Amino acid sequence: MAAFKHSVGSQTYHFDSLRELMAKASPERSGDYLAGIAAQSAAERVAAQMALANLPLKHFLQEAVIPYDSDEVTRLIMDSHDPAAFAPISHLTVGAFREWLLGEQATEQSLASLTKGLTPEMVAAVSKIMRVQDLILVAQKVKVVSAFRNTIGLKGTLSTRLQPNHPTDDPAGISASILDGLMYGNGDAVIGINPATDNLASIGELLKLLDAVIQRYQIPTQACVLTHVTSSIEAIERGWPVDLVFQSIAGTEAANASFGVNLQVLQEGYEAALSLKRGTLGQNVMYFETGQGSALSANAHHAVDQQTCEARAYAVARQYKPLLVNTVVGFIGPEYLYNGKQITRAGLEDHFCGKLLGLPMGCDICYTNHAEADQDDMDVLLTLLANAGINYIMGIPGSDDIMLNYQTTSFHDALYVRTLLGLKPAPEFAAWLEQMQIMRQHGQRIELAQQLPPAFNTVLAHLP
Amino acid sequence: MSDELVMTTPPTHIPNPWQSLRQLTAARIGLGRAGCSLPTQAQLDFQFAHAQARDAVHLALDTQRLATQLQNYGLTSIQVRSRAPERHVYLQRPDWGRRLSEESVHTLNTLQPQVVDKPDVVVMIGDGLSALAIDHHAVPMCLEIKQLCQQENWSLAPIVIASQARVALGDEVGELLHAKMVVVLIGERPGLSSPDSLGIYFTYAPKLGLTDAARNCISNVRLEGLSYATAAYRLAYLMREASKRQLSGVHLKDEADMPVMVGEDKAGLSFLVRL
Repeated sequence: MAAFKHSVGSQTYHFDSLRELMAKASPERSGDYLAGIAAQSAAERVAAQMALANLPLKHFLQEAVIPYDSDEVTRLIMDSHDPAAFAPISHLTVGAFREWLLGEQATEQSLASLTKGLTPEMVAAVSKIMRVQDLILVAQKVKVVSAFRNTIGLKGTLSTRLQPNHPTDDPAGISASILDGLMYGNGDAVIGINPATDNLASIGELLKLLDAVIQRYQIPTQACVLTHVTSSIEAIERGWPVDLVFQSIAGTEAANASFGVNLQVLQEGYEAALSLKRGTLGQNVMYFETGQGSALSANAHHAVDQQTCEARAYAVARQYKPLLVNTVVGFIGPEYLYNGKQITRAGLEDHFCGKLLGLPMGCDICYTNHAEADQDDMDVLLTLLANAGINYIMGIPGSDDIMLNYQTTSFHDALYVRTLLGLKPAPEFAAWLEQMQIMRQHGQRIELAQQLPPAFNTVLAHLP
Repeated sequence: MSDELVMTTPPTHIPNPWQSLRQLTAARIGLGRAGCSLPTQAQLDFQFAHAQARDAVHLALDTQRLATQLQNYGLTSIQVRSRAPERHVYLQRPDWGRRLSEESVHTLNTLQPQVVDKPDVVVMIGDGLSALAIDHHAVPMCLEIKQLCQQENWSLAPIVIASQARVALGDEVGELLHAKMVVVLIGERPGLSSPDSLGIYFTYAPKLGLTDAARNCISNVRLEGLSYATAAYRLAYLMREASKRQLSGVHLKDEADMPVMVGEDKAGLSFLVRL
């Protein structure tokens, strides 16, 4: 294990390992203090960043932050590293890599071919010495496109997950939120329900409901019930209609174990979903959620800082060619990300790291009521992420999730940012919206129907 | 798209014609729009709900008033604090909220046997994330528990009122008082529509270091949620079963709960797909 030191001003700072150097170099956030691994002063943090900037990228292939023998995520990272892809930057330090990313050599094409040569720790390290504007400018160069029944992540698009959660999984209540979302042009990334119960029969009914809605209205989108991967496998075995297999994942083997998964189980889920061949335009069949702090909250972080743990989760995700990866940035609470400033930075870091590692990143731009954050903070992060080229965000009625008790972006928020930047839904979905007489968009001008279109009008007439 | 969809003289606020769907869900649907954005009323309604939830998180628990209210019903109480000195620290250090301050440890260790002597039940009231929930629901729930203890002939310790408390603080309290069972009444994380939701956590043989796996939880006690009577009924079931089997947590299933959603044809219940 290497030891590092850096002298700045009149003081010399010592860091015993790459793990410690990374943690101390991490921009301030409550979770690293909770773990007892954060820099003890502002000066120590910058000294660590300076030492990190001097570190050759090659060093990350020699020293793992969690030992190879004790963690399957480390083994995955090391074993899947592609030296040929790494070659163009193999001579650089972390600091020079930042400059390379900001420069003209880093293009959509060169960044795409670099993906397999990067480890999560390299990407996390460079993000720690980048400012917000760097994270945005570099991320927007990267395009990651995925497909199932539509195409997500194309230039000039911003998709949304329609999240029609209901505290008792009531089908009528869920349907009401789905209709509301569709009428606001939301739902092209996925129509995805967080179920209130993990009862398998109940999961099956939700799967059938979503499938029936998509089929009846011929919506070019996909459905997901966000239940445990093993439940989705069981659902597939029972012949139920599963489009996307969901799972929460983290960046250490132990944290994944706390979620009840490992790489083998994820592979089984991936293969089960592929076997159904339900995608018409593509076979990206996985939906992963992540978030800084999850490893620490499972006491499975191995004294690795929460942002590095998060980047390691992306190594897990990319193994299964997902349609969607969602960093649920503000859900975990103030003991991990204390306020709007910390949530904002974390959301941008996650998007940057995920994109550089080749993932179709979305973000649940969200907060809980015990965090020091509000709607203004979410507007800031939404605006920044949209400029950074985020693939998709959440869409929920009025920002209020009545099942999970937190606030995320609303159907209206998606239209705000589409109007502001002239971003459109996935092309297949945009065509459907127009054909259904729901929404038409010309650049920054969005025209929404004032009446329910004929297909839905007749349905409403049957309401009690 | 047909021509009638194009507005000619736009009003400031365009309502949604599917507002009747609001009867089906508490979700904020059919809000209408101003341009593509939220109408002013919906915008301010949301801000008020968030303000209520924020206030609930930061409102300090009036421990003295609570003690007086309990006294009025013949319930004595003891006041303790966690190691989190104030709210901003509490929010960032859940580990400190799970441990008693040194002074409070001393207080509980030096109680005289005539005050508390190996009780069957101790109730800890903790502010948690909503002192509002405690203000509204703690005293009525204490009275339900007092009645239950009388029925079952369980001895009840003085009520412990804890500031800056997390759920697990109850385990240390229970252990120091040598209690057989601890019931924690605590303010839950406020939602936009539920700023005063009370949570009830129950542990048999409480001791420091237990995890959630050793606890049973009854959530969402509030006027719009679970009633006091129903919560007390479920708690009584858990406590009786725990006393018989001498355990609590994941191995003690809350079978007082009736499954309600299994086997229904849910897809058929949706107006979107019903013929």
